[in-house]
Amino acid sequence: MTNGLALALALVVLAATLGVAVARPPYLSEALAAVAGAVLLVTVGAIGLSEAGDALRALGPTVGFLAAMLLIADGCRREGLFDAMGAVMARGSQGSPQRLLAFVFVIAAAITAVLSLDATIVLLTPVVFATAAQMRTSAKPHVYACAHLANSASLLLPVSNLTNLLAFHASKLSFLRFAALMVLPTLAAVGVEWVVFRRFFAVDLRRPRRAGTRPARPKLPRFAVAVLALTLAGFALSSVLGIQPVWFATAGAAAMTIPSLYRRAATPGQLARAAEPGFLIFVLGLGVIVQAASGNGLDTAVRAALPTGGSLPALLAIAALSAIFANLVNNLPATLMLVPVAAAAGPGPVLATLIGVNVGPNLTYVGSLATLLWRRVLHAEETDVELGEFLRLGALTVPAGLVAATVILWLALKA
Amino acid sequence: MRALVWIIEDTWEATVAEAAAFLPSDADVTLLHVASTEAETVAGAARRGLLGRHQPPRAAPALREISEQAAHELLAEAQTRLGRPARLEARRGRVEHVVVAAAAPMDILVLARDGDRERLGPRSLGPTARFVVDHAPCCVLLIWPDVAPALTTIPPPPAPGAPQPRPSAL
Repeated sequence: MTNGLALALALVVLAATLGVAVARPPYLSEALAAVAGAVLLVTVGAIGLSEAGDALRALGPTVGFLAAMLLIADGCRREGLFDAMGAVMARGSQGSPQRLLAFVFVIAAAITAVLSLDATIVLLTPVVFATAAQMRTSAKPHVYACAHLANSASLLLPVSNLTNLLAFHASKLSFLRFAALMVLPTLAAVGVEWVVFRRFFAVDLRRPRRAGTRPARPKLPRFAVAVLALTLAGFALSSVLGIQPVWFATAGAAAMTIPSLYRRAATPGQLARAAEPGFLIFVLGLGVIVQAASGNGLDTAVRAALPTGGSLPALLAIAALSAIFANLVNNLPATLMLVPVAAAAGPGPVLATLIGVNVGPNLTYVGSLATLLWRRVLHAEETDVELGEFLRLGALTVPAGLVAATVILWLALKA
Repeated sequence: MRALVWIIEDTWEATVAEAAAFLPSDADVTLLHVASTEAETVAGAARRGLLGRHQPPRAAPALREISEQAAHELLAEAQTRLGRPARLEARRGRVEHVVVAAAAPMDILVLARDGDRERLGPRSLGPTARFVVDHAPCCVLLIWPDVAPALTTIPPPPAPGAPQPRPSAL
């Protein structure tokens, strides 16, 4: 099979797999689609068996890391961490929508950084929604804040976003160095969101403070917080101790799950579902499919398009291109395609790529243009939402956030 | 007389109090709350952006349930405050459209200003109430959620010879 034909086939398979993941037909899971696509590409020879094996081996530790982090987040939910966050927000905001927004910003950014964007979107957002309902204030600004911060605060740690985990290995940075380089860019991206949100939702937030009964003092689940703190400490010390961070994540996941099994607070089936095996298989399959495309010439095209070097214009261009790419497809395949190329040019371009693929998805309604168009085609339940509002908020925050974070990353790299 | 009293979270107490004061005692009163579905839609969209992941945790109640529960509690409190029998209606959707549709069979609609009441002017009605007032298919009783402003809040006429202000666009 010629390279051109193999590349075309790999891209068709990639598009079909992403299509299944977006459309979610009831009879075909995206994991199955990804595996079938990968097997098809190996069978026709678009990617060699050993090459596919290499791709899986390279992704293995990352996927294991992801599974451990998903289990830790689920354990935090079981122990009541998210409900406690709701109580902290309700009590701290004292009936004021502006104060509530400040609490949502801090908590959503922290949850995203430590437990990943999935935790913010899946586990924290319902709690924020319920807190706003309980305070009898409009939930809109606060839910938007969760959706945006899940992306823009996910720059901070390698565990904050799957894209970071994928890039973390390639970047050859230690956990602490990664965090040190990304802390100020994260603050810049979140700061841009804060300034825009305060103006954008001024009318919703100006509603008068409502006196009411003071909510109960939150009970922080000490065990879950202790496990989280120890896991983070392990991540920070990993390079000093010479132990890979994935082992600390595994230990954290074990500490979070085994006592629950023992107490029968969770069944093995529930824990297996919490690790999202379908998603893990989807990522592995996607990795093989993207590798087939890269190995047959896509990487050359990406290399030609992506600027190299650590100059400010190069980093800005990399962040912008990554953001566009993440919006065209989705940030997961975008990361798989871009990071190997960026990694060859050093940590600066890798981190600029991450700024693009992490902050960029706020530009469109549901993370990517493909998803957006599909939802529009389906006339799904979003017909009553002001799509324009979502896009306007993205247009106000994303370019400014990208530039602010990238400029600060450039300064951090020089320091 | 069929009366529709549209309440929102911020101002329901004043709205219900004025409705009780102004509506005749034999009025057939319906208390209406409309939950906006926007926040739920945004949360759902963010979830769909997470490609390949779709296991909602069983323990978390659906946003719709939370919103419906809050609406029922609000309506129940409002009826207590009203102090007379009323039909309670909890609806969902695009708020201004739902309110106007619900007002179609009514003789009067009672609602509160929902805008910026610190600067009196067109903006003292927010976009939602503006739409409802403009399109209401019946007459409207528009109440002040707090104390009605004094006449002194009207700016003095321009001094003779002063430049005429341009008509401001809305």
